[in-house]
Amino acid sequence: MPARRAAIEPAQLRSACESARARNERLVALWGSDETARSGGFALHLALAGRSGLAWLTVALAREHPRYPGIADIFPSANRMQRAAYDLVGIHAQDSPDHRKWLRHRAWPGGSFPLRKDFDLASRFPASDDRYPYVKVEGEGVHEIPVGPVHAGTIEPGHFRFSIVGEKILRLEERLGYKHKGIEKRFESMTLADGARLAGRISGDSTVAFAWAYAMAAEGASSTQPPRRALVLRAILLEIERIANHLGDLGYLGNDVALAFGFYQFWRLKEDLLRLCAELFGHRYLMDFVVPGGVARDLSSRGAERLLERLASIQTEVASLRSIYDEHAGAQDRFIMTGQVTPELADRLGLCGMAGRASGIGRDLRVDYPVPPYEQLDVRIATQTRGDVAARAAVRFDEFAESLRLIRALVARLEPGEIKVPLATAAGGRCGIGWTEGWRGDVLVALETADGGRIHRLHPHDPSWQNWPLLERAVMGNIVPDFPLINKSFNLSYSGHDL
Amino acid sequence: MYQLLKQIAKTGIVTEPAPHADEALRQLAQRLSEVVLRHFGRALAIRHVDAGSCNGCELEIHAANSPYYNLEGLGIKFVASPRHADLLLVTGPVARNMEQALRRTYDATPEPKLVVAIGDCGCDGGVFGESYASCGRVGNVIPVDVAVPGCPPAPAAILQGILTAVSAGAQGFR
Ligand code: SF4
Repeated sequence: MPARRAAIEPAQLRSACESARARNERLVALWGSDETARSGGFALHLALAGRSGLAWLTVALAREHPRYPGIADIFPSANRMQRAAYDLVGIHAQDSPDHRKWLRHRAWPGGSFPLRKDFDLASRFPASDDRYPYVKVEGEGVHEIPVGPVHAGTIEPGHFRFSIVGEKILRLEERLGYKHKGIEKRFESMTLADGARLAGRISGDSTVAFAWAYAMAAEGASSTQPPRRALVLRAILLEIERIANHLGDLGYLGNDVALAFGFYQFWRLKEDLLRLCAELFGHRYLMDFVVPGGVARDLSSRGAERLLERLASIQTEVASLRSIYDEHAGAQDRFIMTGQVTPELADRLGLCGMAGRASGIGRDLRVDYPVPPYEQLDVRIATQTRGDVAARAAVRFDEFAESLRLIRALVARLEPGEIKVPLATAAGGRCGIGWTEGWRGDVLVALETADGGRIHRLHPHDPSWQNWPLLERAVMGNIVPDFPLINKSFNLSYSGHDL
Repeated sequence: MYQLLKQIAKTGIVTEPAPHADEALRQLAQRLSEVVLRHFGRALAIRHVDAGSCNGCELEIHAANSPYYNLEGLGIKFVASPRHADLLLVTGPVARNMEQALRRTYDATPEPKLVVAIGDCGCDGGVFGESYASCGRVGNVIPVDVAVPGCPPAPAAILQGILTAVSAGAQGFR
């Protein structure tokens, strides 16, 4: 993984961000850590993606009143991350226009910070008041519709507050954090080996992406080199995960425009794939397959053949389903120009991943910084420029086809060999970075070790952090009944965001 | 349109037989009367509540709606409001930030009602356990009739849990 780490002074933070922004670099993640036991203070961390790779910048902050100059005006996606870093670590972004809490609701009181080392994982607090100042929209004929956290369909919990005039959405305000279950704190009670299982459950639909990023970070911190065959198998599974999710979403996009046919067809195909995964890899969603040091199971050549056969038959059916979708006037009418994010807005606010590619942001880790085995594959990026539901559906169809091509190429490159080496023991104070292109976008895991093969701090970052704020923009001017369709077309993670 | 009909005809009916109830999953003795269960057995309205899952269990609930399982054919229907529900299907450990919403959803569900907890997390807190942010298993927050282990449990297991909840259990009536 092309990554470098640098320490900078708080006074240099804004200029470093401004020049990164001017070079068209993007903010991947921002988080805080408690270093009081090691260096006497706290720290702010930033991951920036530049042309040559990832830069991990660390800013040392004072023990008393830890603060730093906010950067949300330079990188708008930093806003919620800065607020989360305050809720969890108690480091304060100065001069930021938005100081509302973000991940903290009722579980712990203001002034307590779960990711500080003196905060016990098992702490209990009486449920506190949860006053959250939503932005008020006023004007003639403006109504508010609050929805959630428990929704009408089978989706994860979050709160959406719509301000509407007639049927039209004037504004949407999201509130997330309902699923916060202490994942980062729990990692700190684990060894590198134990953490893999938890990493694979940060966001269940992206288990391979997170488990691989975790393994990459653990391997980096302990200088362990996983065998080539394991890397090829990981990539095969990452592409299967992309295919399975795209199939499911394409089905739901049909369902949400009253084309239940699409739901049943795509979910039948997805089920066929999941069942084969259970047979070949021991798990329908591929959990616990990627482990630090390699992978947990091998794929026989007969198994690989069966996988390719199954994928070939799915491909034939998807080709005819695509033409049915394309020619279905009712579906296209609902898809086109619905929930649009223009390339200009996407670039300004930092839309990333699959949704970014549908809005003309041509970034994909598999293309931009291909780690083995992707360096041999010449991944073809799928992009659209219209940024609407139709574009996000089209990117999914194209990526489905490309993932199939990649799996064929990867199977052809599967050479006999080991699938796992023991994870070397990492000394305390080592760091590692894992960065993978999951189906939703780039997943990052930043790790620092403690003594005894344990975790000092682990920050997993889901691309939904960047994309949730764009959903608020995408729905503006659309009608309320199109919200489920637009939301589905992004299909962002709650669990991966709330942690 | 022709292509669409052709695809439907080509696919045919893929639904598989439903699993049987499994008493081992039951947490509380059956409280509901034979009359109620007879109705539930034919037309069961389910409200799903994600109380803090990793989203893996949701994937399997979606998959249970695929044509292989044909839930509606068994009289099972997912409804949009707890007020219309007979049974709550709860996933995840209960995040403390969801504790109140889960209680309220339970209270809003009319009696007689049943609760099925889904997944290792719903059964015992799973990998997330109990902490400052997680209440652990669903049973720590609301009464659970049936709990279905698995990470995540496959669609057939979820279906089995639901069918167990509406079966007579030790009461023995049919
Ligand atoms: S049981 Fe497993 S799949 Fe279900 S929510 Fe828990 S970790 Fe996720």
